[in-house]
Amino acid sequence: MSEPVVDLALAREHGLTDDEYARVLEILGRVPTLPELGIFSVMWSEHCSYKSSKNYLRALPTEAEHVLQGPGEGAGVVAIGDGLAVIFKIESHNHPSFIEPRQGAATGVGGILRDIFSMGARPIASLDSLRFGPLDDPLHRHLLHGVVDGIGGYGNAVGVATVGGETAFHECYRGNILVNAFNLGIVPADKFWKGNASGLGNPVIYVGSKTGRDGIHGASLLASSEFGEGAEAKRPTVQVGDPFTEKCLIEATLELMKTDCLVGIQDMGAAGLTCSSFEMASRAGTGIEMDLDRVPQRESNMTPYELLLSESQERMLLVVRAGTEERVREIFERWDLDFAVVGRVTGDGRMRIRWHGKTVVEIPVDPVAENAPVYDRPAARPLEQDARQRLDLAAVAVERDPQGALEALLDSPNLGSKAWIYRQYDSLVQGNTVLGPGGDAALVRVKHVGDGPHGPDGTPTRQALAMSVDCNARHCFLDPYQGTLGAVAEAARNVACTGAQPLALTNCLNFGSPEKPEIMWQFAEATRGMGDAAKALGTPVISGNVSFYNETAGRPIHPTPTIAVVGLLEPWDVHAVSHFQVAGLALVLLGETREELGGSEWLAVRRGLEAGLPPKIDLAHERRLHALLAEGVQEGLVRTAHDISAGGLAVALAESTFAGPRGLQVGARVVLEAGVRLDALLFGESAGRVIVATCDEDALLILAKRHGVPATPIGETGGERLVIGPAAGGAAWIDAPVARLHEIWARAIPRRLEGDPQGA
Amino acid sequence: MFAVVQFPGSNDDRDMLFALKSVLGAPSALVWHKAPELPPDTRAVFLPGGFSYGDYLRCGAMARFSPVMAAVKRFADAGGVVLGTCNGFQVLCESGLLPGVLVRNQGLHFVCDFVHVRVEQAVAPFTSRARAGQLLRLPVKHGEGCYFAEAETLRAMEAKGQIVLRYVTPEGDATPAANPNGSLANVAGVRNERGNVFGLMPHPEHAVEPALGGTDGLAILGSVLDAVSAAASAHGAQRSAASGPDFVKVAR
Repeated sequence: MSEPVVDLALAREHGLTDDEYARVLEILGRVPTLPELGIFSVMWSEHCSYKSSKNYLRALPTEAEHVLQGPGEGAGVVAIGDGLAVIFKIESHNHPSFIEPRQGAATGVGGILRDIFSMGARPIASLDSLRFGPLDDPLHRHLLHGVVDGIGGYGNAVGVATVGGETAFHECYRGNILVNAFNLGIVPADKFWKGNASGLGNPVIYVGSKTGRDGIHGASLLASSEFGEGAEAKRPTVQVGDPFTEKCLIEATLELMKTDCLVGIQDMGAAGLTCSSFEMASRAGTGIEMDLDRVPQRESNMTPYELLLSESQERMLLVVRAGTEERVREIFERWDLDFAVVGRVTGDGRMRIRWHGKTVVEIPVDPVAENAPVYDRPAARPLEQDARQRLDLAAVAVERDPQGALEALLDSPNLGSKAWIYRQYDSLVQGNTVLGPGGDAALVRVKHVGDGPHGPDGTPTRQALAMSVDCNARHCFLDPYQGTLGAVAEAARNVACTGAQPLALTNCLNFGSPEKPEIMWQFAEATRGMGDAAKALGTPVISGNVSFYNETAGRPIHPTPTIAVVGLLEPWDVHAVSHFQVAGLALVLLGETREELGGSEWLAVRRGLEAGLPPKIDLAHERRLHALLAEGVQEGLVRTAHDISAGGLAVALAESTFAGPRGLQVGARVVLEAGVRLDALLFGESAGRVIVATCDEDALLILAKRHGVPATPIGETGGERLVIGPAAGGAAWIDAPVARLHEIWARAIPRRLEGDPQGA
Repeated sequence: MFAVVQFPGSNDDRDMLFALKSVLGAPSALVWHKAPELPPDTRAVFLPGGFSYGDYLRCGAMARFSPVMAAVKRFADAGGVVLGTCNGFQVLCESGLLPGVLVRNQGLHFVCDFVHVRVEQAVAPFTSRARAGQLLRLPVKHGEGCYFAEAETLRAMEAKGQIVLRYVTPEGDATPAANPNGSLANVAGVRNERGNVFGLMPHPEHAVEPALGGTDGLAILGSVLDAVSAAASAHGAQRSAASGPDFVKVAR
């Protein structure tokens, strides 16, 4: 088979614009070879180059005293004391998961893990953020089964606990689901690694799995264009994951990092060998000479084009000190992994790649990696935005059946129990899970790593990390700026509810096509919101990922800027939980309830409306709330703290009565002052609110006053019912056995999956 | 010394080591799957959870061919104490060291949750710290934990007291609802006839710290420590560098 002729038409097929192709010709001073064209197309793809988002991302707050490494490497690094640091990042694997849910989701987990351990950290906890279409659609039940199976199948086998996450269902994801995977690892603060190809003459080494034909052009064609008809035909661009190899690769890589052999390391992720080698050389200001015949190959007769662009999983590129090759080989061969010296570092700033004795690629490194095109794409507020935000509450009938409404909300898959999902994930492996899935934030105890001066590998510390991933896409759709403030605020609030201090955030920005001005406007507003919130809450943006082109047949998803916040709690044995654990505690509502029903779950479920303005976010209040919760927990005043979000106060109260991981169900009697209309009081989603159960109401109220946080006593825990009624007296609005509410909530997802061949 | 076998795909190996070494204070070490022999001072062997060799074929099916398993087999045949949790249990069944087999969970899904098990046999070397009938709260996390044996085999096992743990409700009843995986007769853990090899699907090593899943796992891991310590003090003087395991008093 002869190679196709490289010309403008072929460049277009590769996703390059006419201008970009002209730039290629200019850089090379000649027509590129086919593998060179492939390299430009992936390196300049939206997925790898961030060409449409760069201008916005530059404006984000990324620095703070405790931030050791901001965006730009595989993941960000934050010091947590005791000689340790935490590395974390969230990344999308949306399109592959829609095409092949099991492998797509599995390799999403695998990819994010490699970003973490390639920097020297032992991965200890995963989260995931998932979006599907409605569950009455058999396709989306199939996708849910597949994605959960993929995340579990990979995460469970690789031995990293999946400790939390979030899942929501909405019409807008019918043609484009979201699978965002988060991972977090622990590393000695003075010993994390970067993707650096430095040291002239140092060998470049390939380790891990062999290279096959899977995932070719995953980054450029799959992740960087929208779906049209024929998405099925893109299935070969999805990679296949092997968690067993990944497990071995983790252990071997961490072992290597204890030696003095390593110089630089990078995961072969999107765009495989190409992206990793260019980025490593570019960071170091060097060049690389590589011989493709030495690359371990799974299939025969692979072309240079295929070898360079394959996204086969579980592979790493290393640069080690010259002369240490054999020591490195021993480590990887002990774990039965492939090892090959494929090239060496050069000083001429060029990427020179040989195959079958001839040079097939010769490109200057910098113009490809660093000087990729950057676009300042037009942004315009959608014409429909005003209409979307219009909501005349006076015309919306007041809820007449509060208990029926509560039951309907608990039965909504968005608010119902996610146990069906997280029971399929090993949330315990590594033995650090203090609070697992099902609460506001997960809490994971930290053990020492790497035999540092502060403690030998594996010994427990007094620190734990709280983490939560959040985004209310409906709020973001109605107001991308306020909605994104809300996403940051909610994730941070969830973390604070354990008693932890929020440290930093990572984000996965899922949007439609950047070529549409209204999508760019959403993106601009969302990043502005993220920046403002990160600044105000003292949680810098340390890593992130942009996923554009989340649309099918021209219909974009709601803007979904997923935010994960990580916080530190020390000592960890004093923490709050999300559930009521004992009777007789006083309940206090922190924050203020306003008449905010815009974009609420109640409005959608009970009135079939998606309109209005989302809840207003008061960042200064949020910060005061964090301080209050941290102090209240440390003082032993706050035993339970539960964030109020989608579904409002009534749903949050119900959730707190449902048994936590190890308790009996504890009910509550609550009385409320009716300051706003009843449905807003019970189901409105005013932000900045937390339900607290305390053994000393007076002390808590004094503490709240000192922190300037509004606090209202609303009742007490106890009994087997949830009773919510007016403070003025009279009949209760809601009075139901906890067991009954729990049953509805617990069945919300399983009952919709009954009869599926994969099991309900 | 307690030997914790490390297959390349083990992932509860470090947790087991932590439970034995840091929590119980027992000298313990990881033993690589390619090791042809166990360390000479091995007093008990632990096969941890995980996916030994990826387990793409059938859980534990490959592990039985590993060099270390030949050594473990010799150790068990000589009366040495061997405990397998989760994947370790699967490996023991696949290797023929325990009767029965573990198949895909009845609900088809992987399940991670805390369950209650009832101690049916409170005897050395695995459950002497518990009372007969005592309930333990332990986590399970597996996709293939549904225990199956021929009716004849199971009857014989019952008769010989080989069913050590059963899934029960928090009230102690062995009902179908209490069974997380569809195991026959709610079986959660079994031992061999001789009583020196024990396999269970729950993870005692993940219930050894009060704030992290409770401490019910110590009822099992602590029993092994007791048995080995007792054997060591009984035999201590006479047995020095002699080969083979310390023989532990095994209840019949």
